[in-house]
Amino acid sequence: MADEPVIVIGAGPAGTRAAQRLVQAGLRPVVIDENDRQGGQIYRRQPENFHRTPEKLYGTEAAKATALHTDFDLLRPRIDYRPGTTVWGVSDEGLMTVCGQDVTIVPFSRVIIASGATDRIMPVPGWTTPGAYSLGAAQIALKAQACAIGQKPVFMGTGPLLYLVAWQYLQAGARPAAVLDTSALSTRMKGLLRMASRARVVANGVRYMADLARAGVRLHAGITPRAIEASNNQVSGVTWCDSRGRLRQVSCDAVGMGYGLRSETQLADLLKCEFIFDPCFTQWRPHVDRNGRTSRPDVYLAGDGVLLRGADAAEAAGQLAACAVLRDGGHSVEDTEFTQLHETLAIMNHFGRGLAEAFPWPAHLAGALPDETVVCRCENITAGEIRRAAGELDAPEMNRAKALTRPGMGRCQGRMCGLAAAEILAAARNVPVREVGRLRTAAPVKPLPLNCTVKS
Amino acid sequence: MPALFRRVAEKDRKTIRLFVDGHEIEALEGDTLLVALLTRTRQLRHNEFDNAPRAGFCLMGACQDCWVWTEDGTQLRACSTPAQPGMRITTTEVPWLTNL
Repeated sequence: MADEPVIVIGAGPAGTRAAQRLVQAGLRPVVIDENDRQGGQIYRRQPENFHRTPEKLYGTEAAKATALHTDFDLLRPRIDYRPGTTVWGVSDEGLMTVCGQDVTIVPFSRVIIASGATDRIMPVPGWTTPGAYSLGAAQIALKAQACAIGQKPVFMGTGPLLYLVAWQYLQAGARPAAVLDTSALSTRMKGLLRMASRARVVANGVRYMADLARAGVRLHAGITPRAIEASNNQVSGVTWCDSRGRLRQVSCDAVGMGYGLRSETQLADLLKCEFIFDPCFTQWRPHVDRNGRTSRPDVYLAGDGVLLRGADAAEAAGQLAACAVLRDGGHSVEDTEFTQLHETLAIMNHFGRGLAEAFPWPAHLAGALPDETVVCRCENITAGEIRRAAGELDAPEMNRAKALTRPGMGRCQGRMCGLAAAEILAAARNVPVREVGRLRTAAPVKPLPLNCTVKS
Repeated sequence: MPALFRRVAEKDRKTIRLFVDGHEIEALEGDTLLVALLTRTRQLRHNEFDNAPRAGFCLMGACQDCWVWTEDGTQLRACSTPAQPGMRITTTEVPWLTNL
């Protein structure tokens, strides 16, 4: 398939820079993006009839967002851009895509997957109540739709996004009722040492916390979530234990929750790339060399879809993967370009590890979830049912547990519950989480309309 | 019925009208279906297993918990579908044999 085009999946920071580098070398890549507008999640664009300035939307990152959008707009005549299009499967002939009701098979010589990430979720009793959203959702509502998820939301979980989103809500006039962080202050201090390499980013985070505190928003560290409370089928409060073990309650009308990010790796799985367990991010991910090459010679990965290092790293990794594609395809790429990108990414790697250390995934919470807690929100599978799979039904790993009691069987394919379900299974069997494996991907990775038709 | 979402900016857009479960509602041009509904109501659908109300979760097309239907049975992901004037939306699943 050497004559076929190079495909870039995703038009966020990594996908955009990958496409740009391919165009610079004279290629005309196919850029497939699920969103209707380019930008990805962090630099998501608002609809065309909205008028807020980039400064209002992207804060300290306004210049980067604008550059990413402008550069992409300049690429448009030189790429085959397919917005609103989802890659849902793989065949011998190419990638299976759907746009509306039209299914198309797109052949490729090489593909760069820049599929990004979703929030990493730890279920909590009550999290399916209307008004409970992922942190990313809370931010998208504000950024892309100028809406707040409630009048006085609570933000709960851990990670830098917790404070950024809370701060953005404060600026928008929806003052958070509280910020509840599972990471302890002492843990955060430890991670800070590694994060000193990017002082500006740390300074921004400190500023968000200071502004929130000054506005009277209580920031609690080292908390243990207990439940999201409901009244009349809507969120009415959150109960939690503070760092000293005292049960506390805060009234609110919405919750934004998230515990860092989870790489969207399903397409690499369908393409049969080799996976490894990453102890830093405590999740399985495709194995890549430092240029983004996978175990398959025609598949490359870049951005948060493979390594959770944030938007700045994604831009560099996208360009780097494109350089690897070009070199492997016989184009000449200077060694210095590789070296410079490696140097940039080395700093990001160090920082990413610091973040993971400062705001650790609270795996221990999964084992302590009450049996009746819904874990798989598609099919209402509870923690107790996963434990039954672990014990009575003797499922040693996730796919067996899925076959027996259905966690991850629903239409989100475990994107929301998979990592937490693995922790529950591992805790119940008293083994490290890597030993219970990961959910295998099945096509279609997202639901297809029943009346879709294949176009040639 | 009280709403879940609250508009904090961009309120001076053109008004559009669509129908939700037979009732006409007002929304703003540029709204997603999810926002058009949740600035008026508190739910989008019911879970198939316990019939409890749901109102979406991820807003980025990953969780599939914001499905609504057109009256002729097409299912739509409310978080990533723009609201259009005159749309006729239902929050109850249309039996699937009728929409082939």
